[in-house]
Amino acid sequence: MTEPIYKGRVVTKSVPKKDALSLAMGKPMYTDDKDFRNLVHVKMLYSPHAHAMIEEIDTHEAEKLPGVLGVLTYKSSSQVLHTSAGQGFPEPSPYDTRLFNKKVKYVGDRVVAVAAETVKIAEAALKLIKVKYEILEPIFDHDQALGNDIVIHDEEDSKYIIPVFYDPKKNHASHIDAEVGDLDKGFVEADFIIEKTVRNHYGQHCPLEPHISIAYIDNYDRLVVRTATQVPFHARRILAQILEIPLAQIRVIKPRIGGGFGTKQEIITEPIVASFAWKLKRPVKYEFTRKEEFISARTRHPMTTWFKAGVKKDGTITAMDMKVTSNTGAYGSHALTVLSNTGSKTLPLYHCENLRFVGDTVYTNLPVGGAYRGYGGTQAALAMEIVMDDLARKIGMDPAEFRLMNHIKPGETSPIFKALGEGTEGVEQTMDSVGLTECINQGAEAINWWNREEIKKENSTDTVKRGFGLVCVMQGSSIPYIDMAAGYCKMNEDGTFNLLVGATDIGTGSDTILAQIFAEGLSIDASDVIVLSSDTDTTPFDKGAYASSTTYLTGQACVNLAMKIKEQLFEYTATVLNVPKDELKIEAKAVIHQKSGKQMTFAEIGTKSFYSDHQTQIGAVASELSKKSPPPFTAHYAEVDVDIETGRVTILKYVAAVDCGTPINPKLVVGQVEGALVNGLCYALSEQYIFNDKGKMMNPSFGNYKIMTSIDLPEIETIIVPTFEPSGPWGAKSIAEVNISGPMPVLSNAIFDATGVRMTEPPYTPDRVLKAIQNHKK
Amino acid sequence: MSQILHVTINGTSKEIAIEPDEILLDILRREGYKGVKRGCKEGTCGTCTILLNDKAVKSCILLAAQTENCSIITIEGIGTRDNPHPIQQAFVDEGVVQCGFCIPGMILSAKNLLDNNPSPTKDEVKMALDGNLCRCTGYSGQIKAVLAAAAVMRGEK
Repeated sequence: MTEPIYKGRVVTKSVPKKDALSLAMGKPMYTDDKDFRNLVHVKMLYSPHAHAMIEEIDTHEAEKLPGVLGVLTYKSSSQVLHTSAGQGFPEPSPYDTRLFNKKVKYVGDRVVAVAAETVKIAEAALKLIKVKYEILEPIFDHDQALGNDIVIHDEEDSKYIIPVFYDPKKNHASHIDAEVGDLDKGFVEADFIIEKTVRNHYGQHCPLEPHISIAYIDNYDRLVVRTATQVPFHARRILAQILEIPLAQIRVIKPRIGGGFGTKQEIITEPIVASFAWKLKRPVKYEFTRKEEFISARTRHPMTTWFKAGVKKDGTITAMDMKVTSNTGAYGSHALTVLSNTGSKTLPLYHCENLRFVGDTVYTNLPVGGAYRGYGGTQAALAMEIVMDDLARKIGMDPAEFRLMNHIKPGETSPIFKALGEGTEGVEQTMDSVGLTECINQGAEAINWWNREEIKKENSTDTVKRGFGLVCVMQGSSIPYIDMAAGYCKMNEDGTFNLLVGATDIGTGSDTILAQIFAEGLSIDASDVIVLSSDTDTTPFDKGAYASSTTYLTGQACVNLAMKIKEQLFEYTATVLNVPKDELKIEAKAVIHQKSGKQMTFAEIGTKSFYSDHQTQIGAVASELSKKSPPPFTAHYAEVDVDIETGRVTILKYVAAVDCGTPINPKLVVGQVEGALVNGLCYALSEQYIFNDKGKMMNPSFGNYKIMTSIDLPEIETIIVPTFEPSGPWGAKSIAEVNISGPMPVLSNAIFDATGVRMTEPPYTPDRVLKAIQNHKK
Repeated sequence: MSQILHVTINGTSKEIAIEPDEILLDILRREGYKGVKRGCKEGTCGTCTILLNDKAVKSCILLAAQTENCSIITIEGIGTRDNPHPIQQAFVDEGVVQCGFCIPGMILSAKNLLDNNPSPTKDEVKMALDGNLCRCTGYSGQIKAVLAAAAVMRGEK
């Protein structure tokens, strides 16, 4: 049974984002906006070779240059084996890297870091460094990497610290095998079987603020790292590991940050500045250039996804079989977990009892994969939603009707939830909130889906063909039984509250969302809540901004916190007013005893608890461990024109209908939806890494790596379909990631609808589309 | 060899010691105007946008020395917390400030438009914001905000 939607007092309202005006005024709020005296600057020398052994590094000339303060190489830096993936502990990513490695594994691998008085001097010093390489044969094609004679990680000690498959001698970074039901029986029962192989490409997050960290030593000789991170607590832990200094000696502070999208879930720049600052006892800054962001930060794992599914004439899906080869590049950051999510974030979407998922992640000599909004779901949704469309067409069913019939419904489960976890077995869960039927229906209406054949006929010409596409996508909300988040709060004498959370607002608005969720529990306003977030010295633990978890998980911690405070307010008022606690209630920022007409306002409680009556600090700490991962759902529709003479795809209208449970702040929900889907559109249509035959990315700039601007975008309509998720704060689920995964398949479906040509290898640039059209005619 | 740059920033005359090869963006940030952001340093992202003699330009591809005797407006110069510029207020009201890194530049591009064209069409707003990349949103909110601010600046709201 579906519960009624939640109509909140503070939540479900678009209260202004807490930092919006300050940011719009240009206040100095980001990592680099604070001035440091005697700041040291860092520049990095990168490997020009995709695969090579360093035979000699001569830094003498560089070190003699006036103003150069130090260098780091594999000889002079920490050699602790670790992963740069900022995940919970024990990390489900292989320990396969050191700060600097003797063997470089891609063009962009670090070789020497130089610290100097100025950027100019550091850059000049780089030119004086002589490195002799033994050049090795590289591997670029991930479909050829497994078991290849060329071994990328032939060091002896790479390993996982959890018991999972790992075979670096075969370039094999992870393997997953899960099967439920009877696959053979399923395919035998099918009237039709469709299989497709799709390939997605490299992509970069492109936060407008590149990676940046500043480290300094404070007056207690502790290391303070001010950094643009999504994971301050994991950053602290991994810094302690790499630098081999006590964790208590380190403080990580996240100021405002200029976007993350997953790439700042990596510990990349922090250990460099920390190493220098610890040595030099001076503040040290390392900021990526845009070029470094492309070549040396993290990317979306390119994958080859083979997907086969069987269907009966009545629309029943009888079997689904997915095989994935994921390219993690030179290092295995998120190699295992992105892989498992390709299956776990797609296969549960439709009814099917017979399922198999087989996945392999391989090393290549290309840029490093990592967490990227969508996290595997984006890659697999391409294969899945193309095949779903083809299945529907095969049996003559409308693709919308087919999805309406087959999508997972409230009260149902999928065996995949248990079969695929993140480094461990997954967690069973039953769906409580699924608004997908409404999403499909409302989206169809908004795009005029049911009249599309007429519209196509009226608007198609000999050279420009009109088409419509539809896809459905799901994601999750947190990682069950792994993710934990906490909040701490204290009451002030004016009746306001300080809310301290480890949660990491990376521009998403989570500071505001969490204030709303907390305020809702105490019937106060979001403006009565002063939020401080992401400082490992002053805020409680939170796993950080990833896995679509902050609203759902930290949000629930904030509900728990509000309930604890409510209890304390009742206890305090009962004692002071001498009335029974269980007869009290909260109304208009006061605790009221209706029978006697007595009451205490929050301000009175705050003041008296500090200064006069039964003095105590009203405050609490609360946390939440995730116990399930309720998926948000979305239906995406696109109406496109395809020019068959030029291959140009023009999007005329795009509709996203989303179920995120209770929309805590509708305007911020729309921001997340549109931001994600526009990122997905750019990835589907124009973004791509162009490599030369030596594995070097040739277009590391915004001029040559095209992300859309205001003039490139179609009309986008976002429809929020509220549902109520009982396990979430005031009924909320996540929204941040799910919408990035729609554009790639929906445009393939729309192009197919327009032209009969099936695109399986994005980006759908005019040259690729034209080539596909020409091949189709042959 | 350093030289003295004479320039007016947000209405205040300044004399700033610069090197001949220094970029305007770096000078502005060094002088404390941190609202001028560095996102690409190649003239494409637009986060370093300022108004130079009332024209929106990218400060990362200008030498500071080129601005001798010029007037510069940065985001810090157009509104206060108590009296924000209508564009700043509209961006807040529309809820379109996500990470915020692109916002100062985008607001100044919008101001450049509205100062010259008080009643722009939606397409004209899109053209004006074309040089400012945003990765968090889909631009539609910012476009709406600029149109709303235009109405306020025309005295209609």
